[in-house]
Amino acid sequence: MIVADQFQPSTFVDAFRFIGDHGHLLLQKTGEHLELSLASLGIALVLALPLGLWLGHLRRGLFVALGVSSVGRALPSLVLIAFGLTVLGVGFWNNTAALTILAIPSILTNAYFGIAGVDRDVVEAARGMGLSERQILLRVELPLGLPLVLAGIRIATIFVLATATIAAIAGGGGLGEIIVNQASYGLEGVVGASFCVSALTLLAALLLGLVARAASPRHLSDT
Amino acid sequence: MPGDAAELVFDEATKRYGDGPPAVDRLSLTVPAGEICVLVGPSGGGKTTALKLVNRLIPLTSGDIRIDGRSIQEQNVTELRRGIGYVIQNVGLFPHQTVEANIGTVPRLYGRDRRWIHTRALELLELVGLDASYAKRYPSSLSGGERQRVGLARALAADPPLMLMDEPFGAIDPIVRARLQDEFLRLQQEVRKTVVFVTHDVDEAIKLGDRIAILRQGGRLAQYDTPETILGEPADEFVAEFVGADRALKALALRTLADLRLDDTTGEGPRAPSETTLRDALALLIAEHADRLVVTDGDGAPVGSVTRDDLLA
Amino acid sequence: MNVLAGGPVIPNFGSGSSCEQTNGWWCTDWLSAHWGDTLQPALVQHVELSLIAVGIGFAFSLVLALAGYRFRLLDPPIGVVADFLYTIPSLALFQLLVPLTGLTVTTVEIALVSYTLLILYRNIVAGLSGVPADALEAARGMGFTRLQTFVRVELPLAVPAIVAGLRIAVVSTISIATVAAFVIPQGLGRPIFIALNQDLFKTEILAAGGLAIALALVADGLLVLAQRALTPWSRA
Repeated sequence: MIVADQFQPSTFVDAFRFIGDHGHLLLQKTGEHLELSLASLGIALVLALPLGLWLGHLRRGLFVALGVSSVGRALPSLVLIAFGLTVLGVGFWNNTAALTILAIPSILTNAYFGIAGVDRDVVEAARGMGLSERQILLRVELPLGLPLVLAGIRIATIFVLATATIAAIAGGGGLGEIIVNQASYGLEGVVGASFCVSALTLLAALLLGLVARAASPRHLSDT
Repeated sequence: MPGDAAELVFDEATKRYGDGPPAVDRLSLTVPAGEICVLVGPSGGGKTTALKLVNRLIPLTSGDIRIDGRSIQEQNVTELRRGIGYVIQNVGLFPHQTVEANIGTVPRLYGRDRRWIHTRALELLELVGLDASYAKRYPSSLSGGERQRVGLARALAADPPLMLMDEPFGAIDPIVRARLQDEFLRLQQEVRKTVVFVTHDVDEAIKLGDRIAILRQGGRLAQYDTPETILGEPADEFVAEFVGADRALKALALRTLADLRLDDTTGEGPRAPSETTLRDALALLIAEHADRLVVTDGDGAPVGSVTRDDLLA
Repeated sequence: MNVLAGGPVIPNFGSGSSCEQTNGWWCTDWLSAHWGDTLQPALVQHVELSLIAVGIGFAFSLVLALAGYRFRLLDPPIGVVADFLYTIPSLALFQLLVPLTGLTVTTVEIALVSYTLLILYRNIVAGLSGVPADALEAARGMGFTRLQTFVRVELPLAVPAIVAGLRIAVVSTISIATVAAFVIPQGLGRPIFIALNQDLFKTEILAAGGLAIALALVADGLLVLAQRALTPWSRA
């Protein structure tokens, strides 16, 4: 698949030319890539975020949070994609399912620790003053635990964007399709598409990093 | 929003965890409206538990607690808590909100708008001795003493008829603590709330309490009386030991020179203003190796004198 | 779609048992027949690849972390580089390296090591930084030299964070090593690729995939035990 002897330093230049020449194709592939990634992230957020936040608020289920995190790390992305393909056949859902499973651990675990880690005195004061459990979570714990919660979402996003490239072998489309297809697109295509994936991932990381920075203003960094 | 002071009644209130011995054992006492009741005792004596039974942060196992005749079990728990001011040792100010927003927490729950809260916050800041500029500051920029004052203001914001305070001055250094205690007493003169105050410091209890409840290990009430009575007539050996062998001296701290009948003579000798406690006056005489103390009034002019024997009478 | 670097080893379905011919979920006869020539070698290669990567990665990270800890100015740049390496998708990194280092184990190892750098570097630095200042001061006051303080106080107290980082690094490496089969015919990714190419031979996929997951979980478990054994004081 990878024909090494074609590489010269000029391949990098060729790669940029590839990007220039095939802008339309790359845009389309990027669209597919994003579609798959965002769908998976969306589902993972809906499933894992509320659960993580609520368990963290109750300060229960630490075992679950840690267990999910450990098991999640042990699941090789390739294996999940292969399983997805085997069990669900080619289509939209096999890859989405696999990526969702990969995204859940970071989101769940960080949401749990973000909320559970809030200063207990602050929570006790809030409860003693008569805030309802829901009000405590939304008005006190969430604002204070936001950095960690957002960090989890950020890790999951990077992970999903990167793993979506592998999904190409299971019919997932996206930029990965170019990367695994050196025969059709040449090495410069492979390198070019890789640049795009990197750029996409970095951009997402930066954006979410900015959101995280905005969410934790300086007056919260304690004495 | 609530107002006025409430009467608090503990009626055989008991808290037991599992099958073990009770943390609070059939506690029964009445705190009349507008009084400060201090709960003291050794650690493990159940005083904090007893306090948290009142706002149901810890559920009762048996018995009852009534506020102005109404059982706490009958009320909706969050509504109950909104009507009680709660101050804890580490305050628990919300670090992500300004001082003003912190103070306005309960009024906001009652639906008060921002303008009302702003006015009320300034009012309370003045009451607790903080400048209006504190309103827009964040907790992380405040000292321990300042945070405790804000915590107090926050607890008073909705004008609750009952206040629960769990070792609020415990984490403060002694000098600031003394000042906060004095200010708290001054505050109480103004607002006259019913207060239940937990502390492990006997001296603090004597200074602040209208009545003191001493809880022994196992959460049982040893004595519930005024400070003078507890110091003068301890109910048993436990209480006597708890208040300390120097209880006679402690009792002297409860009265000032203004309470005594002064001799007309003045003349030589160390001087002390009439607000000085008898204990401090005695200490002064001992330090100066003197027999007679000249008492001065507010302007520093001598108004009479007392001898050492007068102090100890 | 032939994405494999190297030819298939398994003969076609046609000559297999009835289970294989119908592509059953779990053909025990295939498993027992091919454990020795397919699954076991792949497993062993996988373990080898991972251990080498983590070993080198740890050594590198330790040196870098000591530098970054000692000379604080170095911390941000090293951190940024490690961060950046981590964001490159594994597949892409492998492919970028191939033209430089060929279809060899070296390529795979370079990529795997890069991925461990971020986790290990950050955790070692965090571990060292997290040592309580009073402990350090007491050590100095008692007359420890700089080296003695480091070996007897800082390092032991940093162990929990370091082992936690190792745990994550080991498991991630095992996970990413499955993709190595893109480049070299080694590791548990290989049987998976072969099976994917053969109309999704379910047994092989499940077996190889299951082994990879099991390997990672076992490694994780062992490291947890190691962590507990090395830090008796935190069990209180």
